[in-house]
Amino acid sequence: MSSESNETASLQRSGFVVRKERLYGRLIAACAVLTIVVTVGIILALSGRALSFWSQISPIAYFTGTSWSPVIAQNYGVLPLISGTLIVTVCSAVIALPIGLAAAVYLSEYASDKARSILKPSLEILAGVPTVIYGYMALVYITPAFKGVFPSLRTFNALSASIVVGIMIIPMVSSISEDALSAVPDSLRQGGYGLGSTKFDVSTKIVVPSATSGIVASYVLAISRAIGETMAVTMAMGMSPQMPYFPDLFRNLAESGQTITAAMVQIANADSLGTGPTYEAMFALGMTLFAITLTMNVFAELVRRRFREEY
Amino acid sequence: MSESGTSPKIQTTIETGDEDRRDAPLDARETVIETRDLDVYYGNEQALDGVSMEINEHDVTALIGPSGCGKSTFLRCINRMNDMIDVCRVEGDVEFAGKNVYDDDVDPVALRRKIGIVFQKPNPFPKSIRDNVAYGLKIQGYDGDVDERVEESLKRAALWDEVSGQLDSSGLELSGGQQQRLCIARAIAPDPEVILMDEPTSALDPVAASKIEDLIDDLAEEYTVIIVTHNMQQAARISDRTAVFLTGGQLVEYDDTAKIFEDPEEQRVEDYITGKFG
Repeated sequence: MSSESNETASLQRSGFVVRKERLYGRLIAACAVLTIVVTVGIILALSGRALSFWSQISPIAYFTGTSWSPVIAQNYGVLPLISGTLIVTVCSAVIALPIGLAAAVYLSEYASDKARSILKPSLEILAGVPTVIYGYMALVYITPAFKGVFPSLRTFNALSASIVVGIMIIPMVSSISEDALSAVPDSLRQGGYGLGSTKFDVSTKIVVPSATSGIVASYVLAISRAIGETMAVTMAMGMSPQMPYFPDLFRNLAESGQTITAAMVQIANADSLGTGPTYEAMFALGMTLFAITLTMNVFAELVRRRFREEY
Repeated sequence: MSESGTSPKIQTTIETGDEDRRDAPLDARETVIETRDLDVYYGNEQALDGVSMEINEHDVTALIGPSGCGKSTFLRCINRMNDMIDVCRVEGDVEFAGKNVYDDDVDPVALRRKIGIVFQKPNPFPKSIRDNVAYGLKIQGYDGDVDERVEESLKRAALWDEVSGQLDSSGLELSGGQQQRLCIARAIAPDPEVILMDEPTSALDPVAASKIEDLIDDLAEEYTVIIVTHNMQQAARISDRTAVFLTGGQLVEYDDTAKIFEDPEEQRVEDYITGKFG
């Protein structure tokens, strides 16, 4: 009799446990909702001010203007800034994407356990260096070193900025790509070796193509990071917006310039922050940057789905 | 008989006398692979113990035995797939066409181009059907008509009729049995001399498995086939000669398949075949 009542008691639903579970569920949900709230809040704050800016300065003038001088000349043409951002992004990508992928292939396919145990933490340290330090490095070491080779190099120049941003995003490319490469099943490598492949054949013709979706994702994330990078480019590249030079493409690297992010820093640092278009230009720039990186991320997702393989 | 097997040569041999050789008594065929006192260790564990055997050209040779008896290890020694396992150590000789494949001057990459392998689990590359079959040709710098060779290989692998309209779709979209035939097509496209098969049907349903069995019979017209199998009926159906490995990595008996299954010399083999052991 008594054991029976014990069993019934153990099956009894505890009001306390139910309430506790409900509370935990809600706390976790609140954290998830918070991220959405913040995102929406940012978009609203940005777009409100940005729309106010575009009601004063026509979007056509903004998107087609070739001169950016918000404080002095009240010129709000964004093209020089987009040009500065593009130069740094493209050049840093040219540096980081191949090196990052090669490092990932080495880590995943070639490195001994010992080499990997040294290299992986080193890459993480590289990723952890504050960007302001990269800015110093560009200004104090890289630019003087390159000046010996290219005397036409300005003190603030796009070349050094691109190099440090490139170095900065290598760990992102290599660590995400390495995850993708390591996830390629060993049976595919065995299949490759069984057909008389060299290690390099297996790595480049089987493993890398099989990991395309992850590699592209790493590329896009790294490029987004390069687009949004602020401190290092502001320090290394300067604050003088330039339209691109044609056809002397190298001059684009030797000259100083300004990226979208650096222009925003400049406005935010200005002594008098009114409520006029100069101040609100910062929000328009923010919207522009946001649109570019959002496009990149959507593109990354599409590519990821397109190349995703179920082994 | 061990010439390097470029496509035209193989074609000629098919036309002129391959049938005759296949019909020749087993003893009359030439040895293509010979192992002598082959010992293999994984770290301190011995996986093969003094295996000496001769494998005839154009035979289907089945390797049977209980799990862990070393039959897969033996198979992977032949084209040095075991090289990829760090702790694996091989002693003794494996001669292919009279050359010890473990000699220092042998390039395992070149060896595997002559001795292809098909694995237990179908492992097509995440590429199109065409690129899967063409892969071996491309890495070997084949300068003939790749598309023609792809078609020929798919036909030999009895897959052409099912995939001829979808060569550009992914090999991963095929069923398991089709994937395995794709892997066989991929293995034969560069025209190796020997094809190793490591339990090629054990991951497949019976219908798909029986298609592969039929295919193996056809392949023996042109290639030497060595197949590891868990399935004794399969060994009895498709092989000319059968090698029985028992626990400890020893080759216990190796003879014509009919002899092994009807009147084995060793009591242990009879026990294994009849299911009393293993």
